[in-house]
Amino acid sequence: MSKKYDAGVKEYRDTYWTPDYVPLDTDLLACFKCTGQEGVPREEVAAAVAAESSTGTWSTVWSELLTDLEFYKGRCYRIEDVPGDKESFYAFIAYPLDLFEEGSITNVLTSLVGNVFGFKALRHLRLEDIRFPMAFIKTCGGPPNGIVVERDRLNKYGRPLLGCTIKPKLGLSGKNYGRVVYECLRGGLDLTKDDENINSQPFQRWRERFEFVAEAVKLAQQETGEVKGHYLNCTATTPEEMYERAEFAKELDMPIIMHDYITGGFTANTGLANWCRKNGMLLHIHRAMHAVIDRHPKHGIHFRVLAKCLRLSGGDQLHTGTVVGKLEGDRQTTLGYIDNLRESFVPEDRSRGNFFDQDWGSMPGVFAVASGGIHVWHMPALLAIFGDDSCLQFGGGTHGHPWGSAAGAAANRVALEACVKARNAGREIEKESRDILMEAAKHSPELAIALETWKEIKFEFDTVDKLDVQS
Amino acid sequence: MPFQSTVGDYQTVATLETFGFLPPMTQDEIYDQIAYIIAQGWSPVIEHVHPSGSMQTYWSYWKLPFFGEKDLNVVVSELEACHRAYPDHHVRMVGYDAYTQSQGTAFVVFEGR
Repeated sequence: MSKKYDAGVKEYRDTYWTPDYVPLDTDLLACFKCTGQEGVPREEVAAAVAAESSTGTWSTVWSELLTDLEFYKGRCYRIEDVPGDKESFYAFIAYPLDLFEEGSITNVLTSLVGNVFGFKALRHLRLEDIRFPMAFIKTCGGPPNGIVVERDRLNKYGRPLLGCTIKPKLGLSGKNYGRVVYECLRGGLDLTKDDENINSQPFQRWRERFEFVAEAVKLAQQETGEVKGHYLNCTATTPEEMYERAEFAKELDMPIIMHDYITGGFTANTGLANWCRKNGMLLHIHRAMHAVIDRHPKHGIHFRVLAKCLRLSGGDQLHTGTVVGKLEGDRQTTLGYIDNLRESFVPEDRSRGNFFDQDWGSMPGVFAVASGGIHVWHMPALLAIFGDDSCLQFGGGTHGHPWGSAAGAAANRVALEACVKARNAGREIEKESRDILMEAAKHSPELAIALETWKEIKFEFDTVDKLDVQS
Repeated sequence: MPFQSTVGDYQTVATLETFGFLPPMTQDEIYDQIAYIIAQGWSPVIEHVHPSGSMQTYWSYWKLPFFGEKDLNVVVSELEACHRAYPDHHVRMVGYDAYTQSQGTAFVVFEGR
C-alpha cells in the first residue's frame, strides 16, 4: 500500500518505538544507556535514538516515500530500568543488516555513535553493548592470526606471554633504545613494546629504531635459545607511511608490529590487519584515547564495544587494563570483555556487563594485554584473572629493578613461572600468593630484590565506572 | 674501605621456554604437572631432540601422542623410556589440546647435554 506525503514533524515514537518487534538473527542489536532531558517521555527519547542512528531525521521528508523505510529503519524494541539509577534507562535497538557496509566497523560506528550523541533531547547517551549478527561477523577479517597461530609462531605454551614497554617512553636515541630492548629480552621476557607515543620523532626516527631493535631481538634470541619479539609501532601520519614501516619490519624479519587503533582510526586499523594477514605478521593493538570515550558511566561508548569492534577490525593482542594496577577497570567488567576477545561464544551475563549472547563463530581470538602499573606482587592475581591467553606487561616493574632491566625481566619471569607451576599443582594462587613468591625468591636473587623494592606500592582507588547494580 | 656494590651482574642464560627459569623440578613436582595435563582433558605427548636442534619447530615424537591416556604411571614410564633411549636429548612433556589444536602446555623434563 502506498502512503500519502504528509509534511510536518511527527513524534519519533510513532515510527521508531515498536515494543512488539521480535529481533531477527541478522539484526545488529545495540543497548544504549539513555538520560533524557527532563519531561521527555522514555519512549520518545529511545525512539529518537533509534531514528537518529538509522534512517530518521527531525522532519518528515517527501523522499522517504521513494523507498520502503519500514525495511530500513532501526527500531527500539525494549526499554529497561537501570538498576540503582532513576534518571537513566536502557534502550534496546535493532538495526537491519542492510544499513551497514560489509566488514566496515567504521560504517557501523558512524551510524550508531554519530550525530545522535549530540542530540539536544538527550543529556547523556552511552553505547553499552552491540550484538553483532553472524551474517556481519562473516564479512569481517578479524584477527590476522589469532591466539593459536601466535602461540605457534612464538613457541610459547602453557603460560601467559611476558612483555614490557621500553622506558623512558620518549627521548631515547635508536641505539640506546635497542640496548634496553636487548636487556629485557636477554633477561627472560618474550616481547617488548614500543610506547604508543613513539612514532618517528626527531630524537629517534622510525628506521633507526627498527634497525637497532631488530639487531637486539636477533641477538637475544640467539643467546637465550628462545623466540623473542618487539612490537614495532607502525602508527603513522598517513596510511602510506604506516605500510612503509610495516614493510620494513617484514624485511627485517620481525615477527610482530603494532598499531594504535582508536587514534589511528578503524579504517587504518582494518587495512593494517589485512596487510598483516597477507604477510604473516602478528599485530599488537594499543588503545590510546579509549578512556576519553569509555570512562564516563553515562556518556560515550563502553570499552566492551570498542573491544568487540577491534576483534572484528583485526588485531592479535589488545590492551584491556589490569584490574589491579594503576589504571581504571573492575574485575567482573574486565572478565566480561576479555571473554568477548577470546571465546567463540559469550552468553548474556549482566553480572559481567554483557547485554547480549554473542556468537563469534570461527573468528580467531585476541590475546588480552594487561599493562600499566603492575609489578611482581601482582603476578598471582594477574594469572588468576587473565589466565594463560594473556600478555602481562611490566614497564616500571622491569626497568625499575635495582640491578637493571635484565634482572627485572628475570624476576618477572621467575614469578610468572612459579605461579603457573603452583596453579597447575592445584594451589590457590591468590590466597597463597605470598608463600608462592617467597619460595620462588629463594632460588632467584633477582626476584628477592624485586619483591623488596615494590613491597609497599599499591593503587587502591575505587573505579569511576562500575557495573549498574542495585546497591 | 673495601669495594662494595649492591648491584648484581645478571648473566644471560639459555633456557627452554616454559619453566626454564625455575630450578629443576623434583619427581613429585613433575607428577603434579602431568596430573594437571590429564585433568584438563589434554592428550600427553612426549617429544625429544638433540640440544643442537632445540629451536626447531618440530621435535621428534616419542612413539605417537598418547591420545586419551589417563594413567599417570603410563606417562611417567614412557617419559623414562624416552630418556633411556635418547640420554643426550632434551625430552619435553606436551599437553595437547585437540579442541583448540594447540598445546595446553609444554615443558622440558630432561635436559640433554
